[in-house]
Amino acid sequence: MSHDPAHGTPPGKGGAGASAPFVASAALGPEAHVMVGNADLFVNWARKSSLWYLLFATACCGIELMQAGASRYDLDRFGAVFRATPRQSDLLLVAGTITHKMADRVKRLYEQMPEPKYVIAMGSCANTGGPFYKDSYCVVKGVDLLIPVDVYIPGCPPRPEALIDGIMKLQKIIMQRKNYGAKA
Amino acid sequence: MEAQAIFDTLKGKFGDAVVELQGEGFSPAFVVVAPAAVKEVSRFLKEDPGLSFDVLMCLSGVDYKEKFAVAYHLHSLKRRHAIGMKAFLPRETPSLPTVDDVWPGANFHEREAFDLFGIVFEGSKDLRRILLPEDWEGHPLRKDYKYPDFYHGIKV
Repeated sequence: MSHDPAHGTPPGKGGAGASAPFVASAALGPEAHVMVGNADLFVNWARKSSLWYLLFATACCGIELMQAGASRYDLDRFGAVFRATPRQSDLLLVAGTITHKMADRVKRLYEQMPEPKYVIAMGSCANTGGPFYKDSYCVVKGVDLLIPVDVYIPGCPPRPEALIDGIMKLQKIIMQRKNYGAKA
Repeated sequence: MEAQAIFDTLKGKFGDAVVELQGEGFSPAFVVVAPAAVKEVSRFLKEDPGLSFDVLMCLSGVDYKEKFAVAYHLHSLKRRHAIGMKAFLPRETPSLPTVDDVWPGANFHEREAFDLFGIVFEGSKDLRRILLPEDWEGHPLRKDYKYPDFYHGIKV
């Protein structure tokens, strides 16, 4: 991992507000970035390899989710196993239609999950409301109206291959995360 | 027992409270009854040994724009026959007696008709919304229903 010259900037040049982390970073020297970078790599690798998702299936996408979890597609080999409680989950996989009555529960489940947490919107209903987009009084038109979404998987419902692709996309997002040292 | 025979039995027992038989184009045929008599007719349909309609298969609300209706689909496991019962209600005051003490399963169906059409079942043991949230305004399957713009800050 190469040393970023921006972190070597003397304290005076970065402006008053931004100078403090630059001092600490510069004081550690270029070797520190190798360590911090490796720590990031290790932590991100650990997180992406144990994406425990919350069992949260509200419609027919849940059937495809079960398929993907079963032996033929075997989500376990990505480290993704289901949990029955939000307290142990890293990933909220919204599999299905969300109604306005369910919206409060979705928000509460999301808030009960520990950081860092991720959300995948699976299927047309969770993306946009899908077939219920027009002329429905009770369906939320996309789960992103309630909680932030990292990956959208289209399909009605998506096949297990699409779901696995979405989880691998999320793993790429996790690998880009900067946990220690200066923010990129 | 055939629909005409069931209708004749009811007509002989209840007189003017039983209005007509809708046979042509209906399956099963529907006996139209006055709303106030629904409970007595239901009890007779269930308890009369020749009829013994022991199953309420479905209870639904209908919006005909100028009036409402409640339709009951009845079936007898013992006699192997079926009949429909229908009551027309004025649009301004859609209410009629409950049948949840005749067929206990009617309660959930009545709650659904109340939730989506606003039809009031008098004397019901538990008449609350069943599908929509408790604080929802209006009855969405009515033909003059206007959608709200927002619900709890979320666009509808």
